[in-house]
Amino acid sequence: MSHSSWTGRKQHTHSGGETRGVHIHSVRPLSSSTLDPEEVRKFQVLANKWWDIQGEFALLHAMNDLRVPFIRDNLLTVHGGGEMGRPLAGLRILDVGCGGGLLTEPLGRMGAKVLGVDPVEVSVRTAELHSSLDPALRGRVRYRACTLEELTEEEENEEAFDAIVASEVVEHLADLDTFVHCCYRMLKPGGSVFITTISRTQLSYALGIVMAEQVLRIVPQGTHQWDKFISPVELETLLESSGMSVQTVRGMFYNPLSGCWSWQKSTAVNYALHAIKEKEEPLNQTPAED
Amino acid sequence: MFALAKVKQAAAGAGRQCWSVRRLRAFSSAHSSCEHGEEGEDVYDIVISGGGMVGTAMACSLASEPNLHGRKILLLEAGPKKEMDKVPEVYSTRVSSISPGSATLLSGLGAWDHIVNLRCKPYQKMQVWDACSDALITFDKENLQGEMAYIVENDVIVAALTKQLQTLSDQVEVQYRTKVVKYTWPRPFQVADSIPWVQVTLANGRTLQTKLLIGADGPNSMVRRKAGIPTVKWNYDQSAVVAVLHLSEPTENNVAWQRFLPTGPIAMLPLSDTQSSLVWSTSHHHAEELLQMDEESFVDAINNSFWSNENQSDLVEAAGSLFRHALSIVMPNGASTRQLPPSVAAIGPKSRVMFPLGMGHASEYIRHRVALIGDAAHRVHPLAGQGANLGFGDVVCLTQVLSQAAFNGKDLGDMQHLLEYETERQRHNLPMMAAIDLMKRLYSTNAAPLVLLRTFGLQATNALPPLKEQIIAYASK
Repeated sequence: MSHSSWTGRKQHTHSGGETRGVHIHSVRPLSSSTLDPEEVRKFQVLANKWWDIQGEFALLHAMNDLRVPFIRDNLLTVHGGGEMGRPLAGLRILDVGCGGGLLTEPLGRMGAKVLGVDPVEVSVRTAELHSSLDPALRGRVRYRACTLEELTEEEENEEAFDAIVASEVVEHLADLDTFVHCCYRMLKPGGSVFITTISRTQLSYALGIVMAEQVLRIVPQGTHQWDKFISPVELETLLESSGMSVQTVRGMFYNPLSGCWSWQKSTAVNYALHAIKEKEEPLNQTPAED
Repeated sequence: MFALAKVKQAAAGAGRQCWSVRRLRAFSSAHSSCEHGEEGEDVYDIVISGGGMVGTAMACSLASEPNLHGRKILLLEAGPKKEMDKVPEVYSTRVSSISPGSATLLSGLGAWDHIVNLRCKPYQKMQVWDACSDALITFDKENLQGEMAYIVENDVIVAALTKQLQTLSDQVEVQYRTKVVKYTWPRPFQVADSIPWVQVTLANGRTLQTKLLIGADGPNSMVRRKAGIPTVKWNYDQSAVVAVLHLSEPTENNVAWQRFLPTGPIAMLPLSDTQSSLVWSTSHHHAEELLQMDEESFVDAINNSFWSNENQSDLVEAAGSLFRHALSIVMPNGASTRQLPPSVAAIGPKSRVMFPLGMGHASEYIRHRVALIGDAAHRVHPLAGQGANLGFGDVVCLTQVLSQAAFNGKDLGDMQHLLEYETERQRHNLPMMAAIDLMKRLYSTNAAPLVLLRTFGLQATNALPPLKEQIIAYASK
């Protein structure tokens, strides 16, 4: 599919110098009232693609078994339990690069108010359509087709989020510094950033590109460019120098036979990271609020 | 408007309240443009179809699960609400053997106290023996303190669970006297204009939608049939005759008795010091005869079945005693002494009933957005007293799986975690069903080789405490 957001992302990662997506589509407001039935059908086809747990995005569906508990448990540690049945109630989360909403929806179901953003409009439309069917997500999950910078420019998003999630996103970015800066500005003090991505090692080249894209073909070809990958040490350094303290880095392992992800020690290929925006700078005497 | 807004606020936690308001609105045929008429209002997280023992337990269990707090859950039952302030003097003929595992579930749900307050009878020991030989096996708990299991009337279980369910009314909505006329299944993937949930059309005209439909609607499950889930089933060409038995004299009555007759097993299960419950599986023809007999002949037939030696042959007798003797040399403590069951004096008035027996197993317990529990998924011969226990085991497992799914923010109707439920339960239920079926078949004959085989088998099993303990542990789950 040429307009899946993966290839879309790949396209805009070529643009260089800017964060992803800026040049990709002219961003139309999503709430355009006249929906062309043909268009709607197109999104439904896409929705089926995104939400087919055995389809093109099977790896991302399967990854929910690791990343959802990872985000939930770390947020529970930081903020304490939400309410019964909704562990993340009361938290505002930004899901960057939400695609079809595969991660956005579970976060919403756990009670958080989630904003999913993706520069690829068709993905966002797909996500919107899918989540609109579940009344439990109504009022909890919202989507916007825009870039991170555009979002950061809006005043209301200044220190607005308890957590920012960027899962399988940063390896597609041209400018990580801007990304981290944007996250920092939109996070509440003490807020969390969660990143899952692929490290830049020989092993990740062999497994992530040769194996996954060319041999097993479990990931669409051309999804990844190895030189965009970032090692956990590089990412950590970048985050720490931007006022965030890294809490956890954990390796992830995908077993193509069982189709399951599991945690592992080595962060040589896939890994998940949790960092916290440091609370008020020492000059400010404001007591920390929880 | 303010009142409406308040109701809406409460809707997440109190589906029932919300429904009653909506119903009022429907009756007064008020402005349909209001928020309550909004599409999706009737989308439930879980709908349970069938409010028998297992369905009601499922509702209680889901409603008391913290991780499922705030989910919209509905129990549909075609019959009336079954309440019981005081047990009727006469025992019901439909009873279940409740294993310690099931008792733990029921007490976790808060229903066990109600059961104990109403009526139940624990027993410490089970004796199973053969009409064609002297072989016997006894099961008991090693320390006599523990109960082997409990005999409880089905009505008492339902009433206790119903009472408990009332206390959970803010977590689960219940509709009695509500029949389902149609289920409409979602496509595995969305297509244009399709509804992604299971649609349930009720006889009263209401249509609702649910992310997960749990079929607890018994052996002839409509959910299973309409979902097109194939079932492996066969009739045993047997019927069960049940009755309430009055014993000749009061006894401790803490043993469950079961004897394998060539026509089928006969069981006497304790109800009280003076009464027991009869479950006699036999040919349809014989069952008819038993039903037609006058009371005295019926009582004689029962006593005769437990006491008579007419089916024993000398050959088997000799071989059996030789084997028993050999065993006693190898394992001096292996043999059990045969006890005799109490004799029956009379039967409860109008308590004699028969029903056909069969076995059935759904080849799948789940489909996209559908799960089957209890007899809807598996129906067993009553000889091992496992029917209700298998169902309660389903409840425990499905609750656990759904709780974890909710905690992980999953769509409750997803196949992934439902598959976990199916795998775990089939792994437990299938061997149990196979064993019960094998027992049934092995004991349905008086052909000497098979009688010998089972005689040796039973005696050897009886002599091997570890094996026996494993059987007890498995059946106690």
